[in-house]
This record gives sequence, C-alpha cells and structure tokens, in this order.
Amino acid sequence: MSQIHVSTTINGDAVEYLCDAEESLLDVLRDRLRLTGSKEGCGTGDCGACSVMLDGRLVCSCLVLGAEADGRTVDTVEGMAKGDDLHPLQRKFLEHAALQCGICTPGFLVAAKDLLERNPDPSEEEVRYWLAGNLCRCTGYDKIVRAVLDTAAETKGA
Amino acid sequence: MPLDEKPDATKRAFDVVGTRPLRPDGIDKVTGRAMFGADAFASGMLTGRVLRSPHAHARIRSIDTSKAEALAGVKAIVTAADFEDRDDDLRDVLVNCMARDKALYDGHAVAAVAATTPAVAKQALKLIEVDYEVLPHVIDVEDAMTDDAPILHDNIARDGKPSNIASTCEFGHGDPDKGFAEAEVVVERTFRTEATHQGYIEPHACLASVGPDGHGELWCCTQGNFMVRNTCAQLLGMDFSKLRVTASEIGGGFGGKTTVFLEPVALALSRKANRPVKMTMSREEVFRASGPTASSAIRVKVGLARDGRITAAEAELKYQGGAFPGSPVEMGAMAAFSCYDLENVKTFGYDVVANRPKQAAYRAPGAPMAAFAVESVIEELAEAIGMDPIDLRLKNAAKEGTKSSYGPTYKRIGLVETLEAAKAHPHYSAPLGPNQGRGVACGFWFNFGGETCVSLNVGKDGTVGLSLGTPDIGGSRASMCQIAAEELGIDYDQVYAIVADTAALGFNDVTEGSRVTFSSGLATIEAAREAIKKLCQRAAIMWDIPAEAVIWEDGHARPSGSNAGDFEPLSLKEIAAHSAETGGPIAGHHEINAAGAGPSFATHIVDAEVDPETGACWVTRYTVVQDAGKAIHPSYVEGQFQGGAVQGIGWALNEEYIYGDDGTLQNAGFLDYRIPVASDLPMIDTVIVEVPNPGHPYGVRGVGETSIVPPMAAIANAVSAAAGVRMTSLPMSPPRLLQAIDNSRKQAAE
Repeated sequence: MSQIHVSTTINGDAVEYLCDAEESLLDVLRDRLRLTGSKEGCGTGDCGACSVMLDGRLVCSCLVLGAEADGRTVDTVEGMAKGDDLHPLQRKFLEHAALQCGICTPGFLVAAKDLLERNPDPSEEEVRYWLAGNLCRCTGYDKIVRAVLDTAAETKGA
Repeated sequence: MPLDEKPDATKRAFDVVGTRPLRPDGIDKVTGRAMFGADAFASGMLTGRVLRSPHAHARIRSIDTSKAEALAGVKAIVTAADFEDRDDDLRDVLVNCMARDKALYDGHAVAAVAATTPAVAKQALKLIEVDYEVLPHVIDVEDAMTDDAPILHDNIARDGKPSNIASTCEFGHGDPDKGFAEAEVVVERTFRTEATHQGYIEPHACLASVGPDGHGELWCCTQGNFMVRNTCAQLLGMDFSKLRVTASEIGGGFGGKTTVFLEPVALALSRKANRPVKMTMSREEVFRASGPTASSAIRVKVGLARDGRITAAEAELKYQGGAFPGSPVEMGAMAAFSCYDLENVKTFGYDVVANRPKQAAYRAPGAPMAAFAVESVIEELAEAIGMDPIDLRLKNAAKEGTKSSYGPTYKRIGLVETLEAAKAHPHYSAPLGPNQGRGVACGFWFNFGGETCVSLNVGKDGTVGLSLGTPDIGGSRASMCQIAAEELGIDYDQVYAIVADTAALGFNDVTEGSRVTFSSGLATIEAAREAIKKLCQRAAIMWDIPAEAVIWEDGHARPSGSNAGDFEPLSLKEIAAHSAETGGPIAGHHEINAAGAGPSFATHIVDAEVDPETGACWVTRYTVVQDAGKAIHPSYVEGQFQGGAVQGIGWALNEEYIYGDDGTLQNAGFLDYRIPVASDLPMIDTVIVEVPNPGHPYGVRGVGETSIVPPMAAIANAVSAAAGVRMTSLPMSPPRLLQAIDNSRKQAAE
C-alpha cells in the first residue's frame, strides 16, 4: 500500500513525512520524527500522555491519524521551551516537585498550557477538571495542581 | 569531626539535607528530552510482538509457526521451545514469560515474533496456529481453595492431594484463646479485596541487541537493571558479564517493574534474528499480562478489655497471587498487627494460585489488604466501647521495645508520634457536613536495605559525579546529590547523579522495599567519606605534612594539630585540580549489604461524603501523617505520601480486576479500570514526622510504601460512618455501596 505524503508544521518548523494510512500522529511523531517527548500510555485516548496541540486544539495524538496533520500545525512538549528559557509551567513543575517519574509530565504541560491560554486565572476546580483527562499515578495530583495555580498567579502578578 | 564517628542524628544540623533543590533530571523531564523505555532506537531495529492466550486455562497441544515464518518481513519467532527448561527458582519466571505446556491465564504469552514493521509483526501473530485444549479455570481465591477446584499445577500438593494452596505461614505469640476469654468485647469480621494493578503510566518496554559473539545489550524500563541482567542471562544461558543492561528513565513502577516480562523474549528474538529488537506492551497487555496485586479474603478477630486494652488478636489471610506461587500473604500476615503491642496474637496465611496473571509486588505488597481488615475492626471496637479511635490506638500502640507480632522487637519507632500529630491536626476536629464521615487508620511497612554499590568520582573541575545502581523512580537522584553535597561540604549544584549500567557498577538490588534513600544513601555517605580521606591525603601531599594532620571541614582540607594555621585551607576543587601530581584520579566507592532499615509508621485521616441515593462517594479531605525518620528532600517525601494515599483511594473506591465467566479480564484498559483523576480528589495534606532511625547516620527511614497501607481502612471507616453501614468489601464502588445502604435500610425496616 502506498504511503501518504504529509506537509505540516511542527513546533514552528516545516516538516514533511510519508506515513501509512492507519498510522497515528503519535506514532509518526515518535517513530518517524523521533519526537519522543509525547508518550504512549494507553493508545486509546484515556491517559493524556500523548497530548499535543493540533491547530490550537488540545488532542490525544494517539487518536489522530498522521495523515490528518497535513496542512495544519502541531505543537508538542518539545516546542514549549524557547532555547534555554523554560516555559513558566515547566519551571513551576520543577519548583513544586510536580513530577516523580515524569512520564505523564509532557502531556500535563501541554494540557495545562492550553488551559492557561484560555483561562489565565482558573480556580482549583477548573484546573482539576481541565486536567482530568491526564492520568498521573505517582503524585496524587496535589503538586501538579499547585504548580498550575502558581503559574497562573505569577503570570497574573507579572 | 572524625570520619568514623556517627553523629547523633537528632542533634545534627544539616546544610543541604532537608532543603528542596531542583532535581538533576528535571529539565529533561519537562522538555521531553528524557529517554524512557520506549524511546530508544537502534539501526536495523525490528519490532517484537507477543501472541497471548485468549483462554484462562488451556493445554497447548501444539504451536505451528510455519505460516508466520513464511511471511515476508518476519525475521524470528520464539516459543517456549527456544528457552531451555529449568528446575530452579527461576522456572516460574521463565514460564510466566513464555507459556510451556499450558496457558495459565488470559493474556499468558505463548509465542513472540520479530518483524521489520509493527504491521508485519501483527499480521504474523495472526498466522501462528496454536491448538488449545481448553481446561476448567478458577478465578476467586476461596473457590481456588476448594477440594474440587480446577488444579493449575500438578506439582503443588497439600495433604498428599493436588491443590492450589501453594503454602501456608503462621506468625504470632502468646495465647489468643486465653486473651479472647479475658475480653469484654470481641469483634470478628470477614473482609474481601479485589486485585488492583500498579497502574504505572509507562507500559513495559525494552530494546535488546545480541550479537553473533553472544554479547548482548539491553535497554529497558525497570526498577532493577542488575536483576534484569542476572535473570535474563540465566534464562538465556549467557555470562552475566556479557550482558549489559541499562535502565532507561522509568515511568512508574510501584513494584510492578521488579521482574521481567518482555526482556528475555526480546533478547531471544534478537539472538535468533541477529538484529536489535524493540518490544513494547500495549496498555491492554499491561493489564492482562503484567503483575496486578493479590485479591484477598481475610477474617479478623480482636478482643478488647473494658479499659480499651487489646487482649487478643488473630487473623486468617487468604491471598491469590495469580498463576504461580508467591502471593504476598506472608508479608500481609506479618504486617497485619504490626502497629500494636499485643500479648496474644496469631496470624495464619494461605498462598493460593488461580488463573490470573502472576502477581507482582505492589507498594507494601500484602500489607494494605491486611491493614484494611484489621484497622476496620479496630475502628468498630472503638465505637463499641465509646472510645476515641486515636486514643484506642494510642493505648495499644507499638513502641520501642514492643515485641512485634511478626517476631522482632522494635527499636525506636514513630507510631505514637504520628497518632499524636494526627490527633492535634485541625483536620481531626473539623466539623463534618451532611452525609459525611471521618475515618482514621494506621499503617506500617518493614522497609528494606539490601545489596548496594555506589561510586563517587571527583572531577578535575571540582564537580562530583555520582554513579548509582538503583533506578530513580521518584526523585532519588536529587536526594543522593544532597547527601553527597552534605558529606563533602560542597554545593548541591556541584554534584550530578546518574543511574549506571550493569557493566559500570557492582550488583545492586532492585529499587524496592522503600530502600533507595536508605541504602543508596548509606553507600553514598560512605563513598563520600572515602573520597574525603583521599582528598585529605592529597592535601597532605601538597603541603608535605602527614595525612593524619589533615582534617576535612566545610568542604575544605585544613591542617590540624601542630600544623594548624600553617597553610590556607584547600577546597575540593583546588585539590582536584592538582590530582594528577598527587596520585591520579580521586574517587570514593562503597559496597554494602545494608541492614538497619527502620520501619515507618503512618496515621491517615479521611473525610468522605456519600450520596445515599446513588452510592457515589467522594473523599473530601485527606491528611497523611507519617514518620520519615529524616526527610532528605521533603518535597519528594510529601510526594510519596500523597501518591500512596491516592493509589489507596483508587483501590478503596474504584479499582478492581473484573473477570467474565470465561475467565477473561473484562476491563483491560484505563477507561474501564478507572484510576483516580484530578477532579476526583482534594488536595492531600501531609505532615512529616521525624523520629530518627537509629540504623542510619541521618536517621533516614524509607517512606515509599507505608503511605499506601492505611488508606483503604481509613476510607472504609469514613465511608462506613457516612453511610451508616460497615463496608467490608473493596472496592466500595457505587453499586456495592448502594447495595449495602439498601440492605441496611431493609434490615432496619424489618
């Protein structure tokens, strides 16, 4: 079966690739483009570890086909820091020890960034519901929620 | 301070230990650079996939791989025939990795293929023909113990007859019958818990490469790369020294990555194909074929005198640990009454096999179920005599000098301190709303030391590299850097720690048993002290004075005694810069089989709210009070407390392995096996109690496991109080809770 030619933009860079019709965007990112920051925890859209932005919309990249990225923009965790400059959320996750093993962290960061861009001053409840699609098994979410709220507070104060 | 003098941990002032620096692996983990199990690639890499049994119990009459082998792109296929059978204690591990003669559970591996692409590998699996003779199966622990139960293993017998009871165990002292006769109140109840999975978000993954010369490399996510090396080398007939295993970053383990599943299979495929082979489990495979914990049925009986003193306690524990012997019932039986100072106590345990995946360790293996049963009965006894449940526990609490129910006499422990801190916490006296209840429970974990080896290398630039052999799951590299900096008297940022591969370091036991901060910490302290001795010797050479005349203080070598003040102090960096002229590289190294890991105790307070119309239930407030001995990095100690509590919330309220009548797992995915999400939970408040462990120079106790021991009991006590009915089965999911509420209403109406 012939492969599909895709032209897309990933983290601001023009990217072209060939993929199989049934191949997920997550598999393309990880296996073809070696952007392994997005993780596969379930492959069924239940854990959020593969969260990326597709045309500004938060999606599980395991539920999107690689071919669907054609002509669109994809943003992954690898694009969050600008050079040495960590995104405030990345910094707050470190300061609050909001990760233990770190496998869920990329997905949480991508989802939390989207939240704060839509709602710069969320309540604890809004953070908890927005992040309910991201599973973490290590932290009990306490420090993750605090890191997001603290990022919002700092951004607001700045 | 002389190097051989162990400081009194209670009086010692620390500079770095007890602070909260950023972790050395942090930036990699927030930017996506960190390499986990599935993130490795190799040139010419093949994809490996496993064919799994669709039956709970079946004889494998034959496996025909010829059609699959003929498929273009298939480079190797292995079955049990590719692994030499053995009769030692690794046989069960081998047979669990690849079924031999019989498939013992739904999901049991029967064959594996390596192919050029995932699609070809998947297609090849469909072409493998397995002829099964389906056998009767058994899932429930008590069903498996009956005389007419389907038998899993011909070689397990009891009273001369084939049996699924692999072994029994017994602990205790005194005379329970005499104690029960003295009791004013006796409560006896039976409890049940379902199997739950560790639920690490990272599925098992590895990349294996074996060359034609028999030398192998393996990259995998594991809690113990040395364990993987030793196990795989034995299963494949390789020399330990010719298999180098590198632990990737690990995306959670909780005990579930303390054994091998894919690794020997990937090595066998790689050896056969002469190409690197990468294997990853799907989430469904993780649920069906990697270790959940045991399900259990536990009977507990406790007698109380009028004054609240426990006169006798006994428990009978039945744990099913999947298709092979080795459920954690022994640790459950040991831990059941570990929180109490008892004259008369007895526990009896049954290790039972059933047609389920072989259980793997899950955080404080065996203890949470036992604590659920015992702490529920303790709460009921407190109600029966009208005593505050914390006061009842304080009256009977184990302390220094108590002979534990499992044998040893406790040294200094901190249970009483956690109870007192819980009682004083505002949570304990806060008002409750309608349909809310409050529960309390205590918990214990033994903690472990074990074989450990650490190297500390001083760079010529004055920075220090630390090589550890214990994979870091929750921030332990940060703690080790703190310990090295503390000992050397240098800045935290001058130390960087890595987890070394198996060729670089001596054997290390697995990251398990809450042992890393204790054991690798001990070895780091000793390695740093050895390096300090060498740094002093080098300074002596530079000054041309005797080595004994040099002391190490505040990160500097200083002349002492008659030479005191003769020379300017030399920093670690200055000494390191001249190491070539004074004898070469400077390093410290330490090997230890660490003993003296002090147990950690905890008291948890939970508020729960129940909707009596639907049986839905929420935890509305949660406080963890636990003894850490000495918290090296308090943030990661709090994280262990919070994470354990939330895993316990899942186990208590939602999580369970659900089997169909055909013995297949019905909920092998995160949608149907529902672990707690952020919106289910409140903040998890923590109180770190520090009662120093006398077996560690800083007083450290392991903290990772105790935190999952009290939650189920504390939540059950809270839910029972809120619902007005005693809950004795986990999980307390809405249908179960609603049924219990309805039953109790019916009984009240009759």
